[in-house]
Amino acid sequence: MFDPATLEMIGKGFLESLYMTLVSSALAYLIGLPLGIVLVVTDKDGLKPAPGVNSVLGVIINLLRSMPFLILCITVIPLTRLITGTSLGPTATIVPLVIGAAPFIARMVESSLKEVDKGVVEAAQSMGASPFEIIWKVLLPEARPSLILGAAISVTTILGYSAMTGFVGGGGLGDIAIRYGYYRYQTGIMLVTVALLVIIVQVLQEIGIRLARLGDKRK
Amino acid sequence: MGTGTPLIQIRGLSKVFSTESGDVNVLEDIDLDIKEGEIFGIIGMSGAGKSTLVRCLNFLEKPTKGTVYFDNQDLSALSQKELYKVRQSMGMIFQQFNLLMQRNVLKNVCFPLEIAGVRKNEAETRALELLEMVDLSDKARAYPSQLSGGQKQRVAIARALANNPKVILCDEATSALDPATTKGILALLKDINKRLGITIVIITHEMSVVEEICQRVAIIDSRHIAEVGYVQEIFTRPTTEAARRLVFPEGERVDHFTSSRCCRIVFDGSSSFEPVIANMVLEFRQTVNIIFADTRNIDGRAFGQIIIQLPDDKLTGEKMMAYLRSRGLTVEEVNDFV
Repeated sequence: MFDPATLEMIGKGFLESLYMTLVSSALAYLIGLPLGIVLVVTDKDGLKPAPGVNSVLGVIINLLRSMPFLILCITVIPLTRLITGTSLGPTATIVPLVIGAAPFIARMVESSLKEVDKGVVEAAQSMGASPFEIIWKVLLPEARPSLILGAAISVTTILGYSAMTGFVGGGGLGDIAIRYGYYRYQTGIMLVTVALLVIIVQVLQEIGIRLARLGDKRK
Repeated sequence: MGTGTPLIQIRGLSKVFSTESGDVNVLEDIDLDIKEGEIFGIIGMSGAGKSTLVRCLNFLEKPTKGTVYFDNQDLSALSQKELYKVRQSMGMIFQQFNLLMQRNVLKNVCFPLEIAGVRKNEAETRALELLEMVDLSDKARAYPSQLSGGQKQRVAIARALANNPKVILCDEATSALDPATTKGILALLKDINKRLGITIVIITHEMSVVEEICQRVAIIDSRHIAEVGYVQEIFTRPTTEAARRLVFPEGERVDHFTSSRCCRIVFDGSSSFEPVIANMVLEFRQTVNIIFADTRNIDGRAFGQIIIQLPDDKLTGEKMMAYLRSRGLTVEEVNDFV
């Protein structure tokens, strides 16, 4: 159906998409996870209430989240160039992906941690646990299943974003779908790339659900 | 035991919660001593402030005014770090058990030891010992979700004992359990108190719990301590309204008599010693409230007086007095006796 060159291109796009998604997810978690923890800890019912920090951080996160992703991609081009030396290709795309996904992840982490029973936190406090110990030994482990499910949602969302960056030369499957499927009316290529994206989402989501279930001792 | 300075001294403690709709006084000017080695109950209706009070004992809630001395240390004078350290010698158990759901039983008991910096091997050995004490050795590898309520509370007790605390604070620890399980948990606490000499503070709204296990009790009613004393004494002579409400939880019989209409029956020896009040109640099928009685049987004649509170219904009251007069008794109405 496709000539070898097309197949190779799709294969390369597939790997690029995975690369962008996984690297961006990892980096976005590096930023989003601590931010999510800060949101929970500084909440008015948190371990160290700090209304000022909490609301400033909340506003910044909301601002970033309300910005349309493509606009964000274009806005951060100077920063992207500064970091990666280019604004095109999968590696360059990682910059806006991380900036776009980190606030989203912060909110996902926040909601997972808030699910942890307040009574358990209180029990840990009654034993003389410090806030750091409570975060590390109570909040994160107790929220683990929910955090994993959240991660599955976040990673698949980042995959969706990465496909969108095809419009601004981001590389990956989305780029192929737009260049060949949309601009050149090659419906076959577009369908294949979309099908591959669907499969990646399905697989990632399923892995997330299974990991969450496996680690959950609440049953 | 019971001598020297009390283990816990609460001095002039007040707690105000600031909410959006203004300040709420939860506790006002509480003074209380809890002695070493005793089982002390704090009882009150829900909303009386008892849960806040127990959280003030380990400074999970910081008092707005006043302070708590634990083992001769002023808790309000401690740094945060020192406070963490002190809390390690105060175990606490909760109504909802509050176990870590993602850790097995053994790791739950190890948790306070981890916080205290005990090495892993030592912690596990100690945890197994404790699980044996609470009769749950076979559940060491189980997860809390696989346990019954009573078993969860036993794990929580083992966890509370891990760091050899001086006191165990129990916040409605049996309120989520059925009566049989409650008895088991209370027996375990009693045993711990006896064998290890650990002071136990029990917060509850159930008089039966206090009866079962406590030596002394404080009754807390709308922000204040209404009464403190030995359980026996408060049971037999509740002097405050709050105590009475808890000792007679039904209270309906008493509330029924809203009138202040009483009558005083004088036995001057002219009537024979017969159960005159009981007969009258049977006759009218209406209860009366005996407020005071002091009668003697001297050679088959009755001497002394009884004060009864008459039913609300005025007509029945009149009839009762007439009935008593017809039995040769002197009857007079006394108002505002209650």
